[in-house]
Amino acid sequence: MARECSSKVCPPFWLELVEASDGGFGNGSAVGVSLSFGIHFPYKEVMLRILIIEDDVEASAYLAKGLKELGHVADQAGDGEVGLEMALASAYDVLIVDRMLPKRDGLSVIEELRKAENQTAVLILSALGQVDDRVTGLKAGGDDYLPKPYAFTELLARVEALARRPKVGGDIETSYQIGDLSLDRLAHSCRRGETDIPLQPREFRLLEYLMQHAGQVVTRTMLLENVWEYHFDPQTNVIDVHISRLRGKIDKDFDKPLLHTIRGAGYSIRDTTD
Amino acid sequence: MTRLTRILRTTAFKLLLLYTAVFSGLSGFLLIYISRNTTDLMSSQIVQTVDAEIAGLSDEYLRGGVRGLVSSIERRARRPDASLYLLVDFAGNSIVGNISRLPTIVLDEADGDVRRMKYDRLESGGEVQREALVRIFELRGGFRLLVGRDLGEQLRFSAILSGALRFWLTAVVVMAGATWLFVSRRVMKRIDGIAATSQTIMHGDLSRRLPVAGNGDEFDRLATNLNDMLERIELLMQGMKNVTDNIAHDLKTPLTRMRTRVETALRASSGNTAIEYCEALEATIEDSDNLIRIFDALLRIARVEAMSPEAGMEPFDLKAVIEEMADLYGPLVEDEGGRLTFEVEGPAEVIGSRDLIAQVIVNLIENALKYGRPEEGAPVISIRAALKNERIVLSVRDNGPGIAGDDVERVTGRFVRLDASRSAPGYGLGLSLVQAIARLHGGTLRLQDAAPGLGVDIDLLPSGQKAVETG
Repeated sequence: MARECSSKVCPPFWLELVEASDGGFGNGSAVGVSLSFGIHFPYKEVMLRILIIEDDVEASAYLAKGLKELGHVADQAGDGEVGLEMALASAYDVLIVDRMLPKRDGLSVIEELRKAENQTAVLILSALGQVDDRVTGLKAGGDDYLPKPYAFTELLARVEALARRPKVGGDIETSYQIGDLSLDRLAHSCRRGETDIPLQPREFRLLEYLMQHAGQVVTRTMLLENVWEYHFDPQTNVIDVHISRLRGKIDKDFDKPLLHTIRGAGYSIRDTTD
Repeated sequence: MTRLTRILRTTAFKLLLLYTAVFSGLSGFLLIYISRNTTDLMSSQIVQTVDAEIAGLSDEYLRGGVRGLVSSIERRARRPDASLYLLVDFAGNSIVGNISRLPTIVLDEADGDVRRMKYDRLESGGEVQREALVRIFELRGGFRLLVGRDLGEQLRFSAILSGALRFWLTAVVVMAGATWLFVSRRVMKRIDGIAATSQTIMHGDLSRRLPVAGNGDEFDRLATNLNDMLERIELLMQGMKNVTDNIAHDLKTPLTRMRTRVETALRASSGNTAIEYCEALEATIEDSDNLIRIFDALLRIARVEAMSPEAGMEPFDLKAVIEEMADLYGPLVEDEGGRLTFEVEGPAEVIGSRDLIAQVIVNLIENALKYGRPEEGAPVISIRAALKNERIVLSVRDNGPGIAGDDVERVTGRFVRLDASRSAPGYGLGLSLVQAIARLHGGTLRLQDAAPGLGVDIDLLPSGQKAVETG
């Protein structure tokens, strides 16, 4: 992945982390060798309750540790039966479900949950990763799908996006506002301050998705999947080009950048003065 | 295994054994059948002759009494043939006849039945024991008359037949043995040759080929087929070796770089700031991401190759996919100073996986950007879809240097990177994936010189009747 981020536009978030932790890495501080790969996600105050249903103990513990370091609550279940019980017993924001599980496989866990009218967001993890696997996973009631091996940042971005997605049946916002940038979905218009910004349909979709997930990190794969609705693997920085065009329209002529590049992860739209 | 047991275990030997048994059994049966029937026939003829003689002699007896009978027997007994006569009185004393001695009990059962017996016959050289078929009658006055016929002829015939049978069986066995020796020596020689060569091949010399005698026999056909198979195996092995070499090379480089970086960061521990550590770690992650990407790409190719053609195949609008890909990649191509155009003729509804076809288009666009740039001037990439021979041909063309004829075959192989593009980023897996996807969709991948540039064509199946009607 190409990095178009220059440290002037967006200081790497681990810098904030290092400054905050008031010490080096060698003294065993809480930062340590961060599992989030030195990336601190914004809006840390949103604490999520996450259940990891995964039979690989090491992978599960690693994931839980990473999530806990970011201030989330992460419970673990080692098989499908226990996982289903735990998911039904308490309210989680997101379930991370491995497809292949002992006792009850991941898809059947999700199906049981949905039968019980439980609408908790589910991220499916799978080592299979084929095109039709994604389809079967989503058909079974999963909300998102991530093939193994995954980058922790990718998983985190997807978990946070799932946790903050509009509730089923809830009202979908008709307009978004970040700082002085506003997007009106009904009028299909975009304004920053007093300036009208004309956007191509695809740019509009891109900005809309970013603003839906304002404050969160959105990865390039998430953009490809949700804005272009394709699931493939580009080898080039094709998404970055679109982002930089969008940035040229919404950020270039204004003092304060809103669209940030998160190194090693993706992009985030947010007002840093919040 | 000794040579003998090896010979005994050959199919030739077993077959020979079987055929010898069947053949000698059949011919033996035939000979025995003939001899049995012939003897029966001869016996019945003898009985008939004897009956005729008896009828004649009875007439003599009726007409001339004992005296007439005796003279008639004397006359007949002198004839040098196989007929036997003996007339005895009530006390068993021989009156006339050509039998010198016979077991006395024979004459006691004068019931007129045909019976077989041994007797001594007077011949020029003295008494000779012979066998005969005889009938014995009791005449009035206590006389008993024996009329018979010698079996010597019949016995000689049987002896000849059984001699022939023995000779025949010996001949069969000897011939069989000779044939077997010839066949097995010849066959064993060929098979030993093949076995020896395959031993060498098994020990690793895949370049060896089985000997072909050139006479077009079954061993030649077998050897030719096996040689073709070896050819294919050698090619595959070569391909695999190349892939392994390339994997080793492509993975070793980033791994070594990663290791060096971590080592350097560790060694300079005292002077390092946290930022430098983080940078080293981030670069390490990037390297490992690259490694994962190579494995992902390999796995994806393997999965596409293993997918069944039905799975996940649906009709979709190729035109929309091309438009969206052009929309996605257009800005990138423009940023590189080039142009991306597309053109779709007629309806382009195809059957397949939308994501995989999108991946194909993306790989081809990315390839064109990486390797298909003209030496001067702007790169122009054009995507086209058109109906041709009931297939929808998806083609992507660039205006770059193209691929030389020799390399066209090679370039779809895994990790194959042409020398001219070694320095460009990439792993040499893009076209392998495109080819695998094309095959999954029942199509072929064709690379050709588009003068200038490279043209890549892929056939896709149009969906339903709509496309066929317009075609």
